[in-house]
Amino acid sequence: MTNSPLTPGIVPGRLPADEIARGFSDLHPPMDQHEAQVAADRCYFCHDAPCMTACPTSIDIPLFIRQISTGTPEAAAKTIFDQNILGGMCARVCPTETLCEEACVRMTAEGDPVEIGRLQRHATDTLMAKNTHPYARAAATGKTVAVVGAGPAGLACAHRLAMKGHDVVMFDARPKPGGLNEFGIAAYKSTNDFAQKEVDWLLSIGGIKVETGRALGSGLDLNQLQQDYDAVFLGIGLAGVNALGVPGADLDGVADAVDFISDLRQSDDLSKLPVGRNVVVIGGGMTAVDAAVQSRLLGADSVTIAYRRGADRMGASQFERDLAASKGVRILTNLQPVAVHGDGAATEMELEYTTEEGSRLIGTGETVRIPADQVFRAIGQALEGELAGLEIRKGKIAVGENGRTTLPGVWAGGDCALGGEDLTVTAVAQGRDAAEDIHTHLTN
Amino acid sequence: MADLTSDFLGIKSPNPFWLASAPPTDKEYNVRRAFEAGWGGVVWKTLGEEGPPVVNVNGPRYGAIWGADRRLLGLNNIELITDRDLYTNLEEIKRVKADYPDRAIIVSIMVPCEEESWKKILPLVEDTGADGIELNFGCPHGMSERGMGSAVGQVPEYIEMVTRWCKQYYSKPVIVKLTPNITDIRKPATAAKMGGADAVSLINTINSITHVDLDLMAPEPTIDGKGSHGGYCGPAVKPIALSMVSEIARHPETRGLPISGIGGVTTWRDAAEFMVLGAGNVQVCTAAMTYGFKVVQEMISGLSQWMDEKGYESTADFVGKAVPNVTDWQYLNLNYVTKARIDQDACIKCGRCYAACEDTSHQAIAMKEGRVFEVMDDECVACNLCVNVCPVEDCITMVEMPKGDTDPRTGRQVGDYANWTTHPNNPMSVKAAE
Repeated sequence: MTNSPLTPGIVPGRLPADEIARGFSDLHPPMDQHEAQVAADRCYFCHDAPCMTACPTSIDIPLFIRQISTGTPEAAAKTIFDQNILGGMCARVCPTETLCEEACVRMTAEGDPVEIGRLQRHATDTLMAKNTHPYARAAATGKTVAVVGAGPAGLACAHRLAMKGHDVVMFDARPKPGGLNEFGIAAYKSTNDFAQKEVDWLLSIGGIKVETGRALGSGLDLNQLQQDYDAVFLGIGLAGVNALGVPGADLDGVADAVDFISDLRQSDDLSKLPVGRNVVVIGGGMTAVDAAVQSRLLGADSVTIAYRRGADRMGASQFERDLAASKGVRILTNLQPVAVHGDGAATEMELEYTTEEGSRLIGTGETVRIPADQVFRAIGQALEGELAGLEIRKGKIAVGENGRTTLPGVWAGGDCALGGEDLTVTAVAQGRDAAEDIHTHLTN
Repeated sequence: MADLTSDFLGIKSPNPFWLASAPPTDKEYNVRRAFEAGWGGVVWKTLGEEGPPVVNVNGPRYGAIWGADRRLLGLNNIELITDRDLYTNLEEIKRVKADYPDRAIIVSIMVPCEEESWKKILPLVEDTGADGIELNFGCPHGMSERGMGSAVGQVPEYIEMVTRWCKQYYSKPVIVKLTPNITDIRKPATAAKMGGADAVSLINTINSITHVDLDLMAPEPTIDGKGSHGGYCGPAVKPIALSMVSEIARHPETRGLPISGIGGVTTWRDAAEFMVLGAGNVQVCTAAMTYGFKVVQEMISGLSQWMDEKGYESTADFVGKAVPNVTDWQYLNLNYVTKARIDQDACIKCGRCYAACEDTSHQAIAMKEGRVFEVMDDECVACNLCVNVCPVEDCITMVEMPKGDTDPRTGRQVGDYANWTTHPNNPMSVKAAE
């Protein structure tokens, strides 16, 4: 391979394979026993702990940390899984800096929180390494529930339902289950095929049948599901991608960030994955950062994130932005896309400076062009699929308490449902709570 | 800078920090290193009778308990007295003393309770030029099974008898080291004084089992599946030691008897606390075993800074200064009323004060919107538990109510000093003459 970061166009192997491998190693490496002990010692075992309140799944964090500190990480893991069966993935991908760790009283005390995320990983890894499943199923209820979408919401819902004694059939459009855990997050957050291992471990409770390659409007009909199953849960995520809507958006080299991230996650040899010399990512959320950082790690010479509003409005957390900056990603704000230029393939991205008046965004008319042979759209995803009969509000499925939709017998949760942040941990909470509600509904 | 020079029983040392008779002072090599590091004196590890020396176990000798971050809080030890030949020790003591004339060297001794045994060893020790002896009546493990160590320290008559022999056959100061494994420390201390002791040193270690191995079902340290109680020392025993030192310092029979304070001294502050409770100097072991001999440098600088700040010119200025304030419970002022105050700026909102008060005390802390914790004066009995469990120093303090104010809990005015002896609820109360 003779490519380098400076090779023009979109080419693979810009960096030596070992350097790529180093770049994509664990972002938050696992703690060994000693590190975990030292970190656990810092927890104050707060009353009505703020970290627990900040956790969308309400994991009893002080209790699980105390269990780690007393040499029972397996019991700690059970405390975590009781609330969040995807506690292993959440330990890796949760923006803890804006959730539990931000709320940690040690932040007030010293500006340095207890490392809750990594401690959670220590506990869940320890239990999962034993290759046993900590939950048993209740006596069979004879009910069967359809779960559409095998992402975090669907998996959490299916597991809880299976635990309650219901049978579950889980459908997913993709060739394998996992949803965004498998296809949608940066590779350095889920190394060693963890997402699939976690799914396998979760499914080992039994009673959950997975059918892939099926989606609403593509082999599945919502009304039919309502008739065929005792209840339906929709955790279909946001499968569509918002369009850029500027001239040149159809040029070669312009792509969806989620597809790039998915290709990256499914690649078994990252040195064969092509990336541009000059990459521009349009957007300001976690997806934008994931795409930008990974482009750099693959060897792109320059990577720029362009966000149309100010930094304070970015969806990506401060931690994520710092991570991007530390990898050499340039973050430009108050710049909105005007056009992609190029002859057949993209060569430049033209952006217009903006100002904001309240929530109103105003183009200043002044533009700038930056070299771009690869442009990633990361300006948000949209609901997709055949959803006739469901009330859609603000581009999402309207839900009431515990994810009940406007259709009888149909629940929804995760990114596709209105309410809560679009986070793995929120999806897990919604899937779990919907399952509890479905259970109540089916057994009363 | 303050003068740290210590004069204990006429024995001069550049500072009041001595190493206690223990593993760190077992041989010339260690003691020389200790003196180079700055220790004011050492009590040489206990010598036994002439002849084949004792043997130690060949498995683990120490057990420990730890606090957060594996900070060693307590150490337990089943090592016996020196397991080296008597004459080797004597020669080394003589050599080291000759090379370090400004440092104190005390020789710890433990031989059977027979006059002949003491009569024989004392001249040998006298010949080393050491500054004094310490009688090991405290060692609670192993040697006590052979009628020595704490077996002697638990019988005041033996203490008095042996001390008397030592005063008879040895010309320099005799310090009697006491065991805490008794119910009333004043009894052995009184016996030592009756026997003519120049000083007592305390505490020796406390009978202890630090852990039990739940797989082996055996105490730790475990020797081939069995364990024996050891002697407990380190920071965890300091409160026990302070109390015993203060008892001797204020007891009419022993008041004024010089004390060498021992038990968990780890910092200059620990040393100062022992000394204000009546110890003329302190002896240290676990801190040195945990951190090495260098720790004495912090003790020296810390004590010196504190003395300068307080205007104490020599250690004699503050030795025993807190003794008059150690009293019996019955004399405590029942009209001294305080209330807990939470500094909202310092509070980190962990809620530990609330949990402690609500679950285990007097339900005197309110948890308000936004995790604001406030003391309810009408419920607060000033127990101090909230102060103790708060992770932030000085965040919660006990504030005294001025005289004349009404305590919202009792509805009574804060009055003048009055204690239990005259309290109406006390059936034995002293009635004022009618």
